[in-house]
Amino acid sequence: MGAAHSASEEVRELEGKTGFSSDQIEQLHRRFKQLSGDQPTIRKENFNNVPDLELNPIRSKIVRAFFDNRNLRKGPSGLADEINFEDFLTIMSYFRPIDTSMDEEQVELSRKEKLRFLFHMYDSDSDGRITLEEYRNVVEELLSGNPHIEKESARSIADGAMMEAASVCMGQMEPDQVYEGITFEDFLKIWQGIDIETKMHVRFLNMETMALCH
Amino acid sequence: MWGLGSRAPGRGLLLALALGGLARAGGVEVEPGDAHGESGGFQVVTFEWAHVQDPYVIALWILVASVAKIGFHLSHKVTSVVPESALLIVLGLVLGGIVWAADHIASFTLTPTVFFFYLLPPIVLDAGYFMPNRLFFGNLGTILLYAVVGTVWNAATTGLSLYGVFLSGLMGDLKIGLLDFLLFGSLIAAVDPVAVLAVFEEVHVNEVLFIIVFGESLLNDAVTVVLYNVFESFVALGGDNVTGLDCVKGIVSFFVVSLGGTLVGVIFAFLLSLVTRFTKHVRIIEPGFVFIISYLSYLTSEMLSLSAILAITFCGICCQKYVKANISEQSATTVRYTMKMLASGAETIIFMFLGISAVNPFIWTWNTAFVLLTLVFISVYRAIGVVLQTWLLNRYRMVQLEPIDQVVLSYGGLRGAVAFALVVLLDGEKVKEKNLFVSTTIIVVFFTVIFQGLTIKPLVQWLKVKRSEHREPRLNEKLHGRAFDHILSAIEDISGQIGHNYLRDKWSHFDRKFLSRVLMRRSAQKSRDRILNVFHELNLKDAISYVAEGERRGSLAFIRSPSTDNMVNVDFTPRSSTVEASVSYLLRENVSAVCLDMQSLEQRRRSIRDAEDMVTHHTLQQYLYKPRQEYKHLYSRHELTPTEDEKQDREIFHRTMRKRLESFKTTKLGLNQNKKAAKMYKRERAQKRRNSSIPNGKLPTENPVQNFTIKEKDLELSDTEEHPNYDEEMSGGIEFLASVTKDTASDSPAGIDNPVFSPDEALDRGLLARLPPWLSPGETVVPSQRARTQIPHSPSTFRRLTPFRLSSKSVDSFLQADGPEERPPAALPESTHM
Repeated sequence: MGAAHSASEEVRELEGKTGFSSDQIEQLHRRFKQLSGDQPTIRKENFNNVPDLELNPIRSKIVRAFFDNRNLRKGPSGLADEINFEDFLTIMSYFRPIDTSMDEEQVELSRKEKLRFLFHMYDSDSDGRITLEEYRNVVEELLSGNPHIEKESARSIADGAMMEAASVCMGQMEPDQVYEGITFEDFLKIWQGIDIETKMHVRFLNMETMALCH
Repeated sequence: MWGLGSRAPGRGLLLALALGGLARAGGVEVEPGDAHGESGGFQVVTFEWAHVQDPYVIALWILVASVAKIGFHLSHKVTSVVPESALLIVLGLVLGGIVWAADHIASFTLTPTVFFFYLLPPIVLDAGYFMPNRLFFGNLGTILLYAVVGTVWNAATTGLSLYGVFLSGLMGDLKIGLLDFLLFGSLIAAVDPVAVLAVFEEVHVNEVLFIIVFGESLLNDAVTVVLYNVFESFVALGGDNVTGLDCVKGIVSFFVVSLGGTLVGVIFAFLLSLVTRFTKHVRIIEPGFVFIISYLSYLTSEMLSLSAILAITFCGICCQKYVKANISEQSATTVRYTMKMLASGAETIIFMFLGISAVNPFIWTWNTAFVLLTLVFISVYRAIGVVLQTWLLNRYRMVQLEPIDQVVLSYGGLRGAVAFALVVLLDGEKVKEKNLFVSTTIIVVFFTVIFQGLTIKPLVQWLKVKRSEHREPRLNEKLHGRAFDHILSAIEDISGQIGHNYLRDKWSHFDRKFLSRVLMRRSAQKSRDRILNVFHELNLKDAISYVAEGERRGSLAFIRSPSTDNMVNVDFTPRSSTVEASVSYLLRENVSAVCLDMQSLEQRRRSIRDAEDMVTHHTLQQYLYKPRQEYKHLYSRHELTPTEDEKQDREIFHRTMRKRLESFKTTKLGLNQNKKAAKMYKRERAQKRRNSSIPNGKLPTENPVQNFTIKEKDLELSDTEEHPNYDEEMSGGIEFLASVTKDTASDSPAGIDNPVFSPDEALDRGLLARLPPWLSPGETVVPSQRARTQIPHSPSTFRRLTPFRLSSKSVDSFLQADGPEERPPAALPESTHM
């Protein structure tokens, strides 16, 4: 891909695949080239060039998500070494706002996709379950932005959240029942009734509002 | 409002007494004391009505309004259909009628001074201080558009259309010009925060819709003030003398007024936050600062003729985070309640006096065309304005405003007391048709508040507007929400856009780095995290429901009477065994001692004390519940001693926290389930026995050491008798008791299947030996899994207390995790300083 894909055909193809408008694709492509340093692919190191990202407590998880085969729809697990522009768009398309033209089914589907993205971020070993260990890990990172919260607090919060998840998903548990971890179905259950419209959408502008990048 | 006429003095007094202060009392003294006073020296009793008249009448009015509110709520049916504001207006009309009938003068009206200086600030402050900031700033663009463009649009179209109709001659002959119409348009255009709050709070539309209407009503104040001032001065100047320069000045003054007002608010918010950082030693007046400084922000911007509403709104919005973190929990509660009380009181009075003010034939000038057309125009143009603006907004908004939302937005454009106060403020000399304006405004206000307020609820139901659902805060939700925030800002970073999330992210970073450091107490910086708060809340809820459940079941086993004088006669006689057992098991479960970091957080706030002293203190404090009466006879003006209730709450909270972790640990029990179960059963029996051996309410505390040993023997004996098979096991259990060791966290089987162990206990071993078992911190008896599940009728709120297991994968990490959490028993609830 890369340089060749300014060809309108390819843009149109991408439009169909990802749902972005051609303006947005062009915009994102410019950004892509900026990130990759005019290379056809982006590697993990390229993300180091985004200065604002450094403050993000779950930075590594997010960057990882860009290379996650599950998110790229390339396989059930594993990480890609590098991603091309199409992959980049695929990841970005997770965050497209819901179109007014979408019917209910599509809206539901898009919601599911977005949640799946988050789920994959939590489930770092790709076994389809967020285990307590993984959950703790995420919570620790999430709270690492606040220097005053200790690891143990993060841990007990994760524990509490896990218990809550268990009680939501399993109801009253039998004493010898074991809660293995949050599956994607459970995850959906947890999110039931919670509006994610404002939480998981980015307005991709058509205008040029590039952030600095060194 | 409480204007003092000088007519009919005697009758006034009479009426004041007869009608419970409904009527104005005359300004002239009629005290009988006067007459006697001259004749006979010192009077034992004098009647000084004039002396107390003003405050007395004010107090009586407030009382009437409040009692009326009680009255409304006696009938749930009425209040669920008719909004309170409408009821209050009607009540005001009735009362006004009574006063008028008695006195024939409208002496009580809502005067602008009282309204703007005393009644409006509390309402707006309340709105600002409890503003959902995230939602507000998330929709700020929309709100601003509606507030600024929408209000200007309403003012202009209403004014011009009325003028057009006037020119057609439909209204007859009025001494009125274009500018008067525009002036009227500008004061009637603004959506009123008081009315909107009063009505929308009962309707429960979804939060986005609410914040838009509500935010608009608050922020349009600047526009209203400027338009009003500009047109008033234009009217004063006379239509011909208005130059282009004046118009430009008007536009400039809009920016000065709005931005200036906001700036004043922000500055005062900064001051307020800074002050509360240092109020640690004057806790008792802490809440006062919040009110005084916010009020000063209002007055200051009023003084500088800036938008006072904006000032106090933004003061509240900006300070809330820091103030809430800085002040103590009690102060926060005080602030919350006082603010709500003032706001709701002010609101009540406003609506009632709106009604009363209407009963005054002198202000009524009827002009059917004018009144009706005003009603039509404000509704129609509001709707058109909303549709146009929404069309524009929807091109940029992520969450679209649906047609249904637009209907509610249009219909929710209620006019209220601000318009009324402004119209009363008009100078009758310059505005010739002031009375017409006043009466029309009253009609408009009544129409919107009563008619629209009455119908908006059915409308919302009929249109199936997305309602706001009240959900319990969930930990997972918060965590995921946080994750989303970070993801979104990262995506914006990566895609190179400066969007909403980008800004928010940068702001929160700035806030954490600089603002919070300056404005927040250091201890507050530590514990201030939303997620932690939710965690805390949930635990508290669990604890409370646990206690409530215990009490509901009728067993007060967990309320220990103090050893001194049994002021509480708690019946400790064991009841039918299941109930008793279950409760005590619940109790026991709770005490399993895993130290929590919440404790450690608190621990760090305290100075280190002598460990042993602390242990003793802790034990006494935690296990000897005080009866409530005991602590009431201490009076101090400057200090509020935290009541026993709170301590108990806190303690229960800690227990629950421990329990939460403990139920994770129970996973370990799965390792040798059978043996364990047997042992558990054993203990269960033992526990029952022990319970029954506690005499009625009187805990033998005189000689703990002896008692301890006796009980132990008792226990052992009885168990041996009953279940010889388990003898070995049982003695093992008792050995546990004696040899409390620290290696719970280790992987040795003994450690694992004894969840009784806790790091806590390891340290109080010495103490343990001296205390009777039922007073020892870590209860030695742990219910079996079976026993736990047998708890009858566990309510749904208990779900978090129910035991469950995690995958065996994580078990080890769990136990290891407990390692660092070990704390000396120093982390005790009673010494927590909030």
